[in-house]
Amino acid sequence: MHHLLEVQDLEVKFALRFGELTAINGVGFTLERGERMGLVGESGAGKSVTGFAIINLISKPGYISRGRVLFEGRALNQLSHEAMRDIRGNRISMIFQDPMMTLNPVLTVGTQMVETLLAHRRISRQAAAKIALDKLRMVQIPSPEKRLTQYPHEFSGGMRQRIVIAIALVTDPALIIADEPTTALDVTIQAEIMELLLELCQAQKTGLVLITHDLAVVSQVTEKLAVMYAGSIVEKGATDVIVNDPAHPYTQGLIRALPGIITPGSRLHQIPGVMPSLTSIPPGCPFHPRCPFCAAVCRTTPPHLAPVDSRQVACHMVATQNGRLEPTGIVETWQPDTRMTATGKAVETHGR
Amino acid sequence: MFAFIVRRIGQAVLVMLVISLVGFSIKNRIGDPVRDVVGERVTPAERAALRQKLGLNDPFLVQYVRFVENALKGDLGLSFFYKKPALKVIISKAPATLELVFVTALILIVVSLPIGVFTAIRPRNWFSRFTMAFSTLGVSIPVFLTAILLIYVFAVTLNWLPSYGRGLTVDIGGWQSGLLTLDGLKHLILPSISLASIMLPLFIRLIRAEMMEILETEYIKFAWAKGLRRSRIWFLHAFKNTLLPVITVFGVQIGIMFAFTILTETVFQWQGMGFMFLEAVERSDTSLLVAYLVVVGVIFVVVNTLVDIIYGLVNPTVRVAGRK
Ligand SMILES: Nc1ncnc2c1ncn2[C@@H]1O[C@H](COP(=O)(O)OP(=O)(O)OP(=O)(O)O)[C@@H](O)[C@H]1O
Ligand SMILES: [Mg+2]
Repeated sequence: MHHLLEVQDLEVKFALRFGELTAINGVGFTLERGERMGLVGESGAGKSVTGFAIINLISKPGYISRGRVLFEGRALNQLSHEAMRDIRGNRISMIFQDPMMTLNPVLTVGTQMVETLLAHRRISRQAAAKIALDKLRMVQIPSPEKRLTQYPHEFSGGMRQRIVIAIALVTDPALIIADEPTTALDVTIQAEIMELLLELCQAQKTGLVLITHDLAVVSQVTEKLAVMYAGSIVEKGATDVIVNDPAHPYTQGLIRALPGIITPGSRLHQIPGVMPSLTSIPPGCPFHPRCPFCAAVCRTTPPHLAPVDSRQVACHMVATQNGRLEPTGIVETWQPDTRMTATGKAVETHGR
Repeated sequence: MFAFIVRRIGQAVLVMLVISLVGFSIKNRIGDPVRDVVGERVTPAERAALRQKLGLNDPFLVQYVRFVENALKGDLGLSFFYKKPALKVIISKAPATLELVFVTALILIVVSLPIGVFTAIRPRNWFSRFTMAFSTLGVSIPVFLTAILLIYVFAVTLNWLPSYGRGLTVDIGGWQSGLLTLDGLKHLILPSISLASIMLPLFIRLIRAEMMEILETEYIKFAWAKGLRRSRIWFLHAFKNTLLPVITVFGVQIGIMFAFTILTETVFQWQGMGFMFLEAVERSDTSLLVAYLVVVGVIFVVVNTLVDIIYGLVNPTVRVAGRK
């Protein structure tokens, strides 16, 4: 039996004017049928690009330069245009961040649901409309018959995200990629929408890749977790293992930054420094300039994912010290003083 | 929708009042209604008496109100040259201009939409690059040069098409139409192409720019992620959104096109309102000039109101705003 989704050594590059930018650098993970995985990391870590790479829809000038995306055993990035089109929105659906921007303003909600079905199934418009109605009921939209004929601007943000979820589910996909589905919503509505998405995925045995900044949500919704930093996965494994006992210094920082865990009144923890831009990723471990455990090897050799306890971690220190990190105290402030060359490698530039 | 239309018509009335005020001021300052009525060979005493009788010594506002009242009754004064009501003269010339503008608008739509859309979805294609380069050039060629070039090539050298006049027309209830005879249509070709050439580059660029912007939006990305066929994404999802700003600009440009008919009609000896306007200027036929201004103003306002209503039909946001 194949995995539902298997991403192998994925590399995504953007062919920019001044050279190639590697946005995703050797990302790999697997997902089983009905399994839910969280993909977390700072802004710009490459979460969305990974999501789009799965359905081979990276915006120009990006492209998959290495690796494979296997979906039910088929290599998606080697399929024909038509075969790939028939998987998108049918077997794999996406949910975007901002429901205010995701729906086409000049087409009715009904049209936008029905067209998805008609693009993938040989059924009549009436039959498609009936399915659409069922799905609107499923996402708890009141008086769905009337709502089908309305335009997106006649709905609130939360309602629109429900509709987007209904569109994503309209073809009963095996996998949903949700890219920060609640970030743009009111805090009060966020939990509601997340709850709905979780329930529906559970009920339909739908796999979910949940892209988010929010570790609290991840621990409620997902079974697996992958933490990304500057285009690579730095830690992956079972969600509860990682959240309760993070191994990678970056993951530790993320978890300690969660407001819920610290005592009220004390200062919010922050990881010092910022994530490097992709044009100036430091040599060695990309996290080393911000890492309190940084040693000499971290500055020269990029670490690879290696098993530690029941999860995988890409960190020299975790590997050598067997999970017991001792701060080395050398938190230098690393200055991005590098430029891209045509080959995409970051090199030191001398002088300004 | 109803409230929207009412509001739109209210604005139209306001615009017309402004136009009539400008028109009346021209007439009041430089026109000579006495001459329009009795010609130039009258004694000063008789003129003074007539001025009094025509109410020309009344205050400006009184005269303006009278002007508007008369205009509403369809009386825009007498043309000095034609010795006929100015409105009658214009109405007899209007079909020529309206048909020219109509055919030009048709050419604009039929040519610019497919080209604009194509260059947006295939920006790297050789045809797109060529069109973009050419349209930059096109913007900078003045209309009379295009017209003369067209006449030289197609009328003088190749002798394929007539270069002046309207050709054979058919009378349909007082409307002299050149659209129903082959000869009439042939005569329309060169003038309408010249007129269209002024705005064609603008429209191609506008449609292209709008379409490219729309293609980058989240909802188009979502449409791709839904696995829709690209024809549907391009020609329904993106196109319908592209149309909105294009419709607005189209409405304005149609109005501006009337200004350009003056040049085009003169070059092609086209017996329409534009040609008449230039003649009226030469003859200082003030009443006719002012009547022209008012009539073109009416056309402009009517076209824009229609365009806005069409916009409202395409754009669901406007429709609902009107419903409330
Ligand atoms: N169209 C593009 N052109 C060039 N580079 C791009 C493009 N899209 C993404 N990138 C690069 O890929 C990197 C990762 O982007 P991505 O959108 O995946 O980040 P993310 O992890 O989803 O962040 P966020 O939390 O802000 O959504 C960006 O930092 C950027 O450098
Ligand atoms: Mg993102």
